[in-house]
Amino acid sequence: MQSTSDEVLIGRIANGDRLAMQVLYARHHVRVFRFVVRLVRHEATAEDVISEVFLDVWRQAGRFEGRSAVSTWMLAIARFKALSALRRRPDEELDEETAGAIEDPSDDPGAVLEKKDKSTMIRKCLTGLSAEHREIIDLVYYHEKSVEEVAEIVGIPENTVKTRMFYARKRLAELLKAAGIDRGWP
Amino acid sequence: MNAINKEPERHEIEALLPWHAAGTLSRRDADRVEQALAGDRELARRYDLVREELAETIHLNETLGAPSARAMEKLFAAIDAEEARSPSRQRSFDLGGRIAEFLSSLTPRTLAWSATAAAVAILVQAAVIATVVVKDQGAPSGPSLASAPSEGSFAVVRFAPQATANDITNFLGAYKAKVVEGPLNMGGQLYRIRLSETKLPKDEVGKIVQQMQAESKVVGFIAARE
Repeated sequence: MQSTSDEVLIGRIANGDRLAMQVLYARHHVRVFRFVVRLVRHEATAEDVISEVFLDVWRQAGRFEGRSAVSTWMLAIARFKALSALRRRPDEELDEETAGAIEDPSDDPGAVLEKKDKSTMIRKCLTGLSAEHREIIDLVYYHEKSVEEVAEIVGIPENTVKTRMFYARKRLAELLKAAGIDRGWP
Repeated sequence: MNAINKEPERHEIEALLPWHAAGTLSRRDADRVEQALAGDRELARRYDLVREELAETIHLNETLGAPSARAMEKLFAAIDAEEARSPSRQRSFDLGGRIAEFLSSLTPRTLAWSATAAAVAILVQAAVIATVVVKDQGAPSGPSLASAPSEGSFAVVRFAPQATANDITNFLGAYKAKVVEGPLNMGGQLYRIRLSETKLPKDEVGKIVQQMQAESKVVGFIAARE
């Protein structure tokens, strides 16, 4: 059975349909949360942000013109809200758990060699990227956004999207190399 | 296998590898990448690195968990508060509100959402009638007919699907009638019109309704209404 499309749900939300809002929330809140928590690195803040994102969806549903996918529209709102939250929290008070996860792998090469786990190290280095690079890697690899959609969400030209992705991957390779994993690129 | 000799072309293809791995390239670009991968071992090796990154990014994100119920509770508490503050968002049967809703959704994409041609016709007609009412009352931000008048003589009408804004304007003008309420039914096709500001005898209302019914280009259905 085909589920109701996001666009239809937005149409219903524009008419004040709370049930449609619940369905849309159930469908997207986890992914939006993950996108935000990777940017703000603080779970409680990310929860506050996603409440604001979906409240904006409720308020602006009537103005949604369908020029992009609903998920793209929501991620663009989420990004804006997350960056605003970061500006309100300039010191970026990281969760202890998150802070541990982003420890510079080059700080402790001995422990890295002990692990000998390439997958774990790639994930650790992905966490250690800058917000700008984390964002683009997540949008492309996890949120499955096209070049055009990333350009819309981040607000940069399409060529810049490709260049930024290249440099994000290059930085990842550098972090891995510093941690003792040379992948022979770049 | 032959590597791509033109470096700029290889660089361009290489830049697309992340999107190729994620399956978000256009068919044309995906074919270009596939062709290049088939003829270039080094590019294929780099593509394996991209696939590795993609797998680990998914893994990382999937371990991030989900928000607590607090986020949803906060959201719906905020929505409740908004609804309490602005009742115009709540479902209503006043023409102004309904037409504003229709107009706000009249983008090409919204029309594409409508599952049936009938639904599209109703939307279009609502917009047409909104135009008529706005023109008639000179209200730039939409008609304000929240309180439908009770004095006078009335009829309910379903306008013909092909009727244009001009047709309906001319029709209403010819009979000195006004749209005062609607859409009345769930299908959104019936409108209440005022035939006269004073209460007319029943037979006179019957005559007017009969004449209006003959205007088949504009009127699909009409009946007198107390």
